[in-house]
Amino acid sequence: MSLPVLPSNFGAENFKATAKFSAPVRRPIEPVGRYFLAHATRSLRGHTWSEYEKIEAEKNVSTVDETNEDADLGDEEQDAALLLHDPREWKTADLYAVLGISHLRWRATEDQLRRAHRKQVLKHHPDKKSAKGGLDQDGFFKIIQKAYETLADPGKRQQFDSVDEGADVLPPSPKSEYDFIEAWTPVFEAEGRFSKKQPVPKLGDMSSPKSEVDAFYSFFYNFDSWRSFEFLDEDVPDDSSNRDHKRYIERKNVAARKKKKTEDNARLVELVKRALSEDPRIKLFKQQEKEEKERKKWEREAGSRAAAEAKAKAEAEAAEAAAKAKAEAEAAKAGAKKNKEAAKAAKKKNKRALRNAAKDNDFFGDAANAEAIENEINFLIDSFDDEQLAEYAAKVNGVDAAAAKAILIEGFKAQTASGKLSASILKYFA
Amino acid sequence: MTVIGISFGNTTSSIAHLAKDGIEVIANPDGERAIPSSLSYIAEDEYHGGQSLAHLVRNPNNVIINFRDSIGQSFDKLDLTLTDRAAKTTQLESGDIGFKIQTSEGESKQISVNEATVRHLENLKHAAVDYLGQQITGVVIAIPTDFTASQKEQLVAASEKAGLQVLQLISEPSAALLAHASIDDKLAEDKTYVVADFGGVRSDAAVISVRGGILTVLATAHDFSLNGDNLDAALADHIAAEFKKKYQTNAKSNPRSIAKLKEASVLARKTLSNVSSATISIEALADGIDFHSSINRLRFEVTCRSVLSQFPAFVESVVKKANLDVLDIDEVLLVGGLSNTPKLASNIADLFPESTVIAAPSLDTKFKNPEELVARGAALQASLLESFSAEEIAESLQPVILNTQHISKAIGLVDAAGQFVTVLKSETTYPIKKSLKLAAPKGQDILITVVEGEHSIKETVIEPTPVSDDEDDEYSDEEPEVVREKIYVPGSKLAELALRDNQSEEVEVTFSINKDGVLSVTAREVKPGCVAFKGEIQHN
Repeated sequence: MSLPVLPSNFGAENFKATAKFSAPVRRPIEPVGRYFLAHATRSLRGHTWSEYEKIEAEKNVSTVDETNEDADLGDEEQDAALLLHDPREWKTADLYAVLGISHLRWRATEDQLRRAHRKQVLKHHPDKKSAKGGLDQDGFFKIIQKAYETLADPGKRQQFDSVDEGADVLPPSPKSEYDFIEAWTPVFEAEGRFSKKQPVPKLGDMSSPKSEVDAFYSFFYNFDSWRSFEFLDEDVPDDSSNRDHKRYIERKNVAARKKKKTEDNARLVELVKRALSEDPRIKLFKQQEKEEKERKKWEREAGSRAAAEAKAKAEAEAAEAAAKAKAEAEAAKAGAKKNKEAAKAAKKKNKRALRNAAKDNDFFGDAANAEAIENEINFLIDSFDDEQLAEYAAKVNGVDAAAAKAILIEGFKAQTASGKLSASILKYFA
Repeated sequence: MTVIGISFGNTTSSIAHLAKDGIEVIANPDGERAIPSSLSYIAEDEYHGGQSLAHLVRNPNNVIINFRDSIGQSFDKLDLTLTDRAAKTTQLESGDIGFKIQTSEGESKQISVNEATVRHLENLKHAAVDYLGQQITGVVIAIPTDFTASQKEQLVAASEKAGLQVLQLISEPSAALLAHASIDDKLAEDKTYVVADFGGVRSDAAVISVRGGILTVLATAHDFSLNGDNLDAALADHIAAEFKKKYQTNAKSNPRSIAKLKEASVLARKTLSNVSSATISIEALADGIDFHSSINRLRFEVTCRSVLSQFPAFVESVVKKANLDVLDIDEVLLVGGLSNTPKLASNIADLFPESTVIAAPSLDTKFKNPEELVARGAALQASLLESFSAEEIAESLQPVILNTQHISKAIGLVDAAGQFVTVLKSETTYPIKKSLKLAAPKGQDILITVVEGEHSIKETVIEPTPVSDDEDDEYSDEEPEVVREKIYVPGSKLAELALRDNQSEEVEVTFSINKDGVLSVTAREVKPGCVAFKGEIQHN
């Protein structure tokens, strides 16, 4: 180890303090050894401590904690019935309550068990009871010892935990109203203690993703349980007097265990089934899935939908065009008819005007030939085409008799000249 | 005229004094150095120590054992199972806690715990006086760290009554550490220790930091269900099972058989600490059948595995309680008779890194008699106090002297490579002065950066090297090894100090904190008559 060279930009100062060191802790030192005595002598020599210093020295001392470490065990009292429990029937007692840790149960660590046992032993030792009067009160003490014996052995503890009814959490009644997560979380937490695989997935909350929820249910469907029912075995008679009877009991126990195990597995499957059917998240996921599916479908069909749209549009356009064309055609038809009618009317009018040209002018003063004039004018009118009719009708309109006669004669001449009217039929206007 | 140190345990007690060639443990007239803390009253006679314990088989109700923890205790807090196999602890007519003993037909005696303590200490005193040929002027007694003020008071009163002037009561782990570290003056080294005391009826552990020779207890732990009696019970069960298999007779049917089993178990356990096999021989264990067998160490370790495996967890818990990591512990000192058990020591050694020294007889041949350490420490302290008057001692125990400030983070400097060099470890109490010499380039100006150290724990996984010439390479029990290291890096910079124009190869840097908490840093060349560069740093 060597020290570094001073950087050139350090400056002229020889010492630069940049920070203070962390606050010290006041602790009592052990008054042993020569170094301590030297320290004490140094401190005491020629030094009278002021009251202030004495008081300061006793303040904020971080001493080693020698207080009761059993705070985590709580102050659970056993109820009267448990205290009077028959020690021969210790198996039916709640062993965790016996040790005063019924709030911990299967969660209690070995260390906690040990401390809890000691605590109960100090409290319930029969000599203490007899000192307070009353003899033969060691029944509960025996149960304490049995409880510790059972729970301190991991194998036996597992057997007891398997049948520890106090730790079971019943599922909510199907008829009652409850919050799914709130009601089921403790149920599965309690069931999870039997799992060979640890840690056990949690039920989660309403916002848990689908993968987690699925993992949770598949975990519980494939639950690998260490739960066993030896603890409920009927006691096998110890004497070897009746071997057959002993074997019979043993067989019975094995069968009972098997039966209970099967029942328990079935119970769990039912439980998970029920939870799954009630889980609002599953419904939510299903709905989400459906929506998602629809959305997917919608997306998948985007191409054909566009084509269909285009087709529909084209069809609509075509239909519209057709309608329009039809309307136009009809309008045109209507117009033509009207024109025709108008033309017909005009023709009629023109015809009448020509016919009347003679009649109104008193047949040009020649009323005797009225019939002939009329016939010949009719011939003329028949021979005229529409234009000529209009032309001549306009000419005769409002003129006097002579002019009208001249116009008619001119008409006859034009028609005979063009061969549309044979001169042979003309008598009056020839 | 001399002073002695006493370790007063529930199971055994020891006396020690400072002889010419170091601390010597005094044996009682029966040759016992670990003297059983036991008294028995049979007919007109009183027995003490091993002689008393021998009566557990025949007159268990006349034997007083395990009474140390009952001193100054209230009856409600007593653990009565401790005296199940001997005279029962009860409340006497006088209201004191004690023992009702029927000495002979129709005659009974009431002995309070305090009276028993007085008698026990008197017996110890006689042994010491007989051995030394001198009067005892003073005694230092070691007590557990969880002794209450009233317990201390009662013990001092009992001791005065027994004719022993108490110079000081010191705590057991400190006494043990003092005795251990005073060899080769290891006390001057700044180290952090775990002192684990495994006794007959309880286990105690303490984390103690030694800084500048001053001891500070950082944490303590006590476990009353972790003890030698548990090991003996496991072994007794094993013997009883073997006996039953052989003779179809229950060896635990009556108290006398149980006492015999216990006696044989203790003997076998102690033998197995030194040799690898022990013979068990019990006369008339049950139904008048004698039992002879042998047990080897491996069988013993398997039998007691569940008990033995609890000890490391207990030691780990105290390290955690001190907010430390096992890597912070430099040395583990195993105290108490149970520390002789090889498997117990090796179980604890497995908990710590290889760099941690485990002081236990089975791991270190230099380290012997862990059950005597506390007495040795007490004797050492007694000899140190001999030259002080009672007033001076009382003055030194005032809070104003004891409650000192300890720095919370390591303080050191940065070397040329940018590494942190610890000068003052965390938990160093002040006033303190510490200096170290460091190489420095000649003919140049030198920079000294004072920093607080920050630590972190680095974990590196070392994959096992594949063994190529392994025939059955399908299976390898080697797992990747995780090596944990504690690394210090320079933390917040406190100050920079320049040493101008260095003309020597080495520079001496001195850190000293005065009683007001002012850290002064001094740097000078290692040459006479050189000027010192210095500066001062305050604390928060």
